[in-house]
Amino acid sequence: MSYLNNIGAYFLMIAEMFRKPTKWSVMKNLILKDIDDLVIGSLGIVAFISFFVGGVITIQTALNISNPLIPKYLVGFATRQSVILEFAPTFISIIMAGKVGSFITSSIGTMRVTEQIDALEVMGINALNYLVFPKTVALMLYPFIIAIGMFLGLIGGMAACVFGGYTSLEDYIIGLQTDFDTFHMIYAFIKTFIFAFVLATIPSFHGFYMKGGALEVGKASTTSFVWTAVVIILLNYILTDMMLG
Amino acid sequence: MIEVKNLHKSFGDVHILKGIDTTFEKGKTSLVIGQSGSGKTVFLKCLLGLFDYEEGSISYDGKIYKQLNEDERRNLRAEIGMVFQGSALFDSMTIAENVMFPLQMFTKQSKSEMEERVNFVLKRVNLDNAHNKMPSEASGGMQKRVAIARAIVNNPKYLFCDEPNSGLDPKTAIVIDNLIQEITDEYNITTVINSHDMNSVMEIGEKIVFLKDGHKAWEGSHKTIFKTDNEVVTDFVYSSNLFKKVRKMYLEENQ
Repeated sequence: MSYLNNIGAYFLMIAEMFRKPTKWSVMKNLILKDIDDLVIGSLGIVAFISFFVGGVITIQTALNISNPLIPKYLVGFATRQSVILEFAPTFISIIMAGKVGSFITSSIGTMRVTEQIDALEVMGINALNYLVFPKTVALMLYPFIIAIGMFLGLIGGMAACVFGGYTSLEDYIIGLQTDFDTFHMIYAFIKTFIFAFVLATIPSFHGFYMKGGALEVGKASTTSFVWTAVVIILLNYILTDMMLG
Repeated sequence: MIEVKNLHKSFGDVHILKGIDTTFEKGKTSLVIGQSGSGKTVFLKCLLGLFDYEEGSISYDGKIYKQLNEDERRNLRAEIGMVFQGSALFDSMTIAENVMFPLQMFTKQSKSEMEERVNFVLKRVNLDNAHNKMPSEASGGMQKRVAIARAIVNNPKYLFCDEPNSGLDPKTAIVIDNLIQEITDEYNITTVINSHDMNSVMEIGEKIVFLKDGHKAWEGSHKTIFKTDNEVVTDFVYSSNLFKKVRKMYLEENQ
């Protein structure tokens, strides 16, 4: 029953987030700050992980192709498909649920514990619009991070391929270009936009409605990570079935 | 003036406020006192509009809160200043930005006008050199003064303070009490303070409402609280040995 209550409260929160908008002169600065905190601040970790995971995908694929009849360019092809379809949009989102999600939950949760949200509400400010809306808007730039993740994943794969001696650079590039379907990019970015919304709102929900003290802030961060990851995995299945199935 | 009539508030089956009637007058510092769990904070949150209540009414200068529409409530809230127990300063903003925040949200003043007002208010609370400090760099007393500055920057009609002295040393607590009293007189605002600090009661309690188990057990002023025979109040007031001695001396002097 409490799950149903929480789902209902989550959708009410989303509706409330768009009511009584904060003055644009203030909101603009909040959005810019959140872009810096949530998007720009995540570039380093996403770049690092993408590059090395791209390399690992390439090595694993190359090592598992022992049949000489299978063309060498398949390594590049498999890397591209894995990185664009799943690794970049989905698995980076799960990593971001840990990084960005726990940051959002703990920062909003701390504001709740220290009565800063009460202070906003007493002033007549829609605290949900003030706190959650700018994060949601900022994370609409999240596909930009994913695009960088895709690019660096493919570059990481190329580096592993060439320097590890698994295939030639030419074969890898041919593999990247083989049977390229632009719809796969569209599919990946549609997923990314939806995951961005989930990444902004589920952690905000857990932070905003938390009760208790510092210990509960930590618990809320953990719960928010678990639920964000679960929702991303479920939505990934549904969207993949709908768009590619 | 704030008028409270027959206020009832429950959380599920737990009845917290059980029919409170009182009035808080303009230009006066009123204190709501009582033991922990007596319903003070719930009462204050009802006054602030943070909690909805089942029965009764609260009116602000004749405007009954429950009869106001969304915009009117928003306008009313812009006239309220609040000092929270933990100050509730925004961590991500400097002290000056914290104080400027209500001006940015509710006025169309230019940046220079806002800065001028912030400088004036910070000077008023004796914090003229703390503009660029972050709240975490300020002491408890400074944070309380910033909270007061933020509460009064937009010229509120009503000022609410939740335990403004908690966590402060006695000397700083008196400074904060006096500051609230002076501001109330200066701006002629309706001030309501939640407290269980007897020093505050003695210093600034022009009107005192004593809550016990969600009821109003007594109402009076700092001049009458030490003379009352109401057992509930005397139990609370003379729970400290210091005040027992003060009462003994008072009674001896008046015999």
